Amino acid sequence: MQRIPVKPVPELVRRTIASGRGPGRRGEEVAGLAMAAPAVVLLLAFLILPFVLAFVMSFTNQRLVSPNPTSFVGTRNFVQLLTVRPFLMTPLTDPVTGETLRDATGAPEYPVLRDITRRNPAYPQFDGLRELTSWAIGERRLYLLASDVVFMRALGNTMLFVLVVAPTQATLALLLALMINQPLRGVNIFRTLYFMPVVISIVVVSLLWRFIYSPTGLLNSILTWLSFGNFTPVDWLGNPSTALGAIMAMSIWQAVGFHMVIWLSGLQTIPGVLYEAASVEGASTLQKFRHVTWPGLRNTAVLVLVVITMQAFALFAQIDVMTRGGPRDATQSIVFQAVQRGFERQDIAGGSAISVILFLLVLSVSLLQRYVTRDRVR
Amino acid sequence: MSARMVRGRNARAGVAWRYVMLTAVALVFVFPVVFMLVSSLKPDLQLLRDTGSLRAFLPVGDISLDNYAKAFQRAPIGRFVYNSVLVTSLTVVFGLFLNSLAGFAFSKLRWRGRSIVLAVVIATLIVPFETIAVPLLMMVNTLPWLGPDGVTFGWLNSYRVQIVPFIADALSIFLFVQFFKDLPDEIIEAARIDGASWWQVYLRVIVPLSGPVFATAAILKFLAMYNMYLWPLMVAQGETYRPVMVGLQYFFQLNVAWGEVMAYLSLITVPVLVFYLLLQRAFIESIAASGVKG
Repeated sequence: MQRIPVKPVPELVRRTIASGRGPGRRGEEVAGLAMAAPAVVLLLAFLILPFVLAFVMSFTNQRLVSPNPTSFVGTRNFVQLLTVRPFLMTPLTDPVTGETLRDATGAPEYPVLRDITRRNPAYPQFDGLRELTSWAIGERRLYLLASDVVFMRALGNTMLFVLVVAPTQATLALLLALMINQPLRGVNIFRTLYFMPVVISIVVVSLLWRFIYSPTGLLNSILTWLSFGNFTPVDWLGNPSTALGAIMAMSIWQAVGFHMVIWLSGLQTIPGVLYEAASVEGASTLQKFRHVTWPGLRNTAVLVLVVITMQAFALFAQIDVMTRGGPRDATQSIVFQAVQRGFERQDIAGGSAISVILFLLVLSVSLLQRYVTRDRVR
Repeated sequence: MSARMVRGRNARAGVAWRYVMLTAVALVFVFPVVFMLVSSLKPDLQLLRDTGSLRAFLPVGDISLDNYAKAFQRAPIGRFVYNSVLVTSLTVVFGLFLNSLAGFAFSKLRWRGRSIVLAVVIATLIVPFETIAVPLLMMVNTLPWLGPDGVTFGWLNSYRVQIVPFIADALSIFLFVQFFKDLPDEIIEAARIDGASWWQVYLRVIVPLSGPVFATAAILKFLAMYNMYLWPLMVAQGETYRPVMVGLQYFFQLNVAWGEVMAYLSLITVPVLVFYLLLQRAFIESIAASGVKG
């Protein structure tokens, strides 16, 4: 901090100003309000108001352009998005003998799922639902039926993305930070390089990686070369079982430098004396990490996790540029769905309802993280 | 051979090993960028053929700037760059001014409701922009604006729709509050006693002392604005107001010419990279500041 020559202030004047009484008080009140007002008003108008609007509109049938007047529809949008019901399907039985019907190969025969979910008076609760997933349990089959399968996939993918990316990225970032924190000449050059992807637009990065992941792309070439030709090239983004993983890896690549820097500044707050003391007592590198470094990083750890989680929930640009939710909904995400509905299909109410769900999700996860780590943050 | 010499040799081997590790990791972070720059110089056929070998990273074969020339023919790139620069710089400048002013009011002036308003501002940090994009779109679609043709409604396809909503920024305000809080009250009191108004205190005392935090806020805002994608995609449909990120769509109509795509990606990325490499310390410290204090 720069030193500023401070004029001696008469004690009485100083006390008058500091106490907030006296002639300057009114002026300060007005000036404070006037100076805060422009930014606060803009935030109110362009952040808080749309936020409130999202809540309000999620209970309506609002569209961007519609011939019909907007009306309240209660929780219909949410019910439509979130309905999931289990259904245990048993094989068909012979009405006379009660035995399971079997085909020529001896496999049990099942009713057609469509007959159950399409206006079947015996199953009104399954009307209009579609199969999300199913498991075989002996000869029976447990179905999970959802009213909005695409949104459910988006929800599942986003959760999976957060669950994989948050811990992996935090750990890798810490490893990088430890590498960079070594007393080596020129180590800052490496810091600069590791951080570089952070300043590049995620759109540019996604396009480059689309090229890297293509069936004839760089990744396949490198893997083929490393395995002496024993590797069969994979269409990373075109295959439902690898697409989300590929996007996760790229996202980590792009953002890990960001969190490396946060870890680094955490590392640099740990006093060197502690390491010296540990060395004197003969601690190994691993022991130093466990007993000196890690305890000193707890606050940083909480912060890194919270920030990564919030960023991961907002997964959008990668999806939009690389896969647009495909193949077979394997990379749908919550925000991508919100934009698809609210913007591309002009279904403002549906998009808003998804936004509200996302917000509640982010809020509850960050409250949960805060609760779990509560006694570590002092 | 003495014990010390052995230790010395081991230490040197250890150091060499560390550099090898650091370099290997660096390659992972650098290779897509090198690939982009090198590919932008190659004709499409060669570009695709070269991805099968190390040649993908080497400027060999039929090297030229043709892709750049063709990219400029395909899309009004100058227009896109102008739009991006205009939108980004205006938002950064207005943002620095209003957010620092608010930060000053929140940290150094006493007024009723100050702490509750600040708490609300900080709380908005948890709202991801993506969750308000759709209702914000509907809102700006109906907002009035006083222009040369009188009052018009709807902000779509304009510069203001890309600037005004992003001027006020809770993260910037927060950074300013944190920084200003640590400035000694005595200098403000001294200026007040000399008869300075609060406005003069802000302008003459606070701003000159706060270079670092202004740099931090400017860099963070610059990155966020220049790289913004979702919002301009929604609100700037005509080419007149499109920024560079949305301009990319021009290269994915009908036949995709990868050489031109790489040229365009290089064009919009290299200025940011140069800027970053020149100011890398400030960039990295900005991120650290946004994190540690957040």
